[in-house]
Amino acid sequence: MVTHTQPDGSLKWTRRTTGERMVRWFGWLVGVAVFVYAWNTISQATTWFFVWDAPRIAGDIFGRATPPRWSYIDKLWGPIWDTLNIATLGTIISLFLAVPVAFLAARNTTPSKMFIRPIALLIIVSTRSINSLIWALLLIAIIGPGVFAGIVAIAIRSIGFCAKLLYEAIEEINETQVEAITATGGSRWQVMVYGIVPQILPAFAGIAVFRWDINIRESTVLGLVGAGGIGLQLSASLNVLAWPQVTLILLVILVAVVIGEWVSAKVRGAII
Amino acid sequence: MTGPTVSELDVLIGNKWKKPSLIKSDWLRWGLTLGALIYLVLAINSVEVSWSRVYEGLDRGAKFVKAFLNPDFTTRATDIREGMIESIIMTIAASVVGIAISIPIGLGAARNIAPLPVYLVCRSIIAVSRALQEIIVAILLVAIFGFGPLAGFLTLSFATIGFLSKLLAEEIESMDKVQAEAVKATGSRWSQWINYGVQPQVIPRLIGLSIYRVDINFRESAILGLVGAGGIGATLNTAFDRYEYDTAAAILLIIIVIVMVLEYLSGVIRARVQ
Repeated sequence: MVTHTQPDGSLKWTRRTTGERMVRWFGWLVGVAVFVYAWNTISQATTWFFVWDAPRIAGDIFGRATPPRWSYIDKLWGPIWDTLNIATLGTIISLFLAVPVAFLAARNTTPSKMFIRPIALLIIVSTRSINSLIWALLLIAIIGPGVFAGIVAIAIRSIGFCAKLLYEAIEEINETQVEAITATGGSRWQVMVYGIVPQILPAFAGIAVFRWDINIRESTVLGLVGAGGIGLQLSASLNVLAWPQVTLILLVILVAVVIGEWVSAKVRGAII
Repeated sequence: MTGPTVSELDVLIGNKWKKPSLIKSDWLRWGLTLGALIYLVLAINSVEVSWSRVYEGLDRGAKFVKAFLNPDFTTRATDIREGMIESIIMTIAASVVGIAISIPIGLGAARNIAPLPVYLVCRSIIAVSRALQEIIVAILLVAIFGFGPLAGFLTLSFATIGFLSKLLAEEIESMDKVQAEAVKATGSRWSQWINYGVQPQVIPRLIGLSIYRVDINFRESAILGLVGAGGIGATLNTAFDRYEYDTAAAILLIIIVIVMVLEYLSGVIRARVQ
């Protein structure tokens, strides 16, 4: 913050010095240039005729897609059950895997900051940065298409997310409780069970439900690549251009997502 | 004189101490446990696993792990480079546009500064955007706009709006009223009130969230190619289909490295603005 003397002798307050303003201005210039370049590249790769035609196409698809084919719901109960299982079982497996990783990754519980912590962090980053659809593609190539591949894909993908949130919770625990248990002569495991676990249990439950909610969303589309669930029906209907069925499936997915979010919000509200 | 034994102490103190459980009510706890067990049995039984197929696949799994240790960046270098650049470009453009649109929507979705009709409209936009997954939006947009990065760009922008507006609105709703009121008391216009009373309180969080969203957008851009919406996903899919695991591993490694760099940058920037 600086003040400048105006020609008439009065002082004028400005938030930044001239140098700072120049740097900012330059930063904005570079940012705008990058954006314009990005937009131009996208624009060149686009067939603009299709875009101008888009409202008509959208109207056409909407016309074909309504009303939804309600009778198709009979064939959807099985896939819905599969989707629920993929999300739930995947979350449960991932939690079993995420807990040890989280304890190895937290600064205050890791056995070795030099060797084990980086490995745990690497597991967290690599599982987190690859989307569940890509994990599903990979697992389908390895263990064949079906619900099982979906469950494993969801499980692997969720490790990073759960472990990251959990290890942050472990790092934020109140050390005095841990010290108190240590002072009674508790072993390493006893300190863990009585000093650390009770403090992170609510966070753990919250993370589990939160991830379950996300996994419901993700498992609805895993079928697009062949990993079971309602996405399989979606992809089949899209392939034969059965738009009324697509609409119904999208509605079912929407309802599933809303219910998942509602349950997760209720449970988290009850815990916290 | 010898002290009392443990059992004598228990009698003296009363009941033995037990760890309190997470769910207080016994009835609810046992009910939930039972329900969960029944569900698990049903669910696990309904999952068909062909173990012979899994066993066969282990071979390919081992090959993939080997490919990860020895990724092939060179054979398909042009495809990888073009796909990656397209992904990055989609990420940048979609983040800029998405963030720019989500600021007004976020303002409108904060109950303490927006009138009810505006609030309802903005909240419903957010709800729609959050309920539809990126990949489904991408399928619809590809059907409407044709193949290419434009569909991916629109998808990511749309998804950014739901994410960022919601969190921005929540941040505004939980802001400190005193500062905003002080600015209002000086007789400011609405725009001045937003700019001096509200904006300084939420901008650090907005910057942090925006960078986080750039990170998510990049990760999502990697899968949009699966449905023809541009980016590295198409190359990745082809690599999997042709069982070229070394190329696939190379692409995945590049994605992981870029995400790590983005995460590191976002950490640095968030530390600076907060």
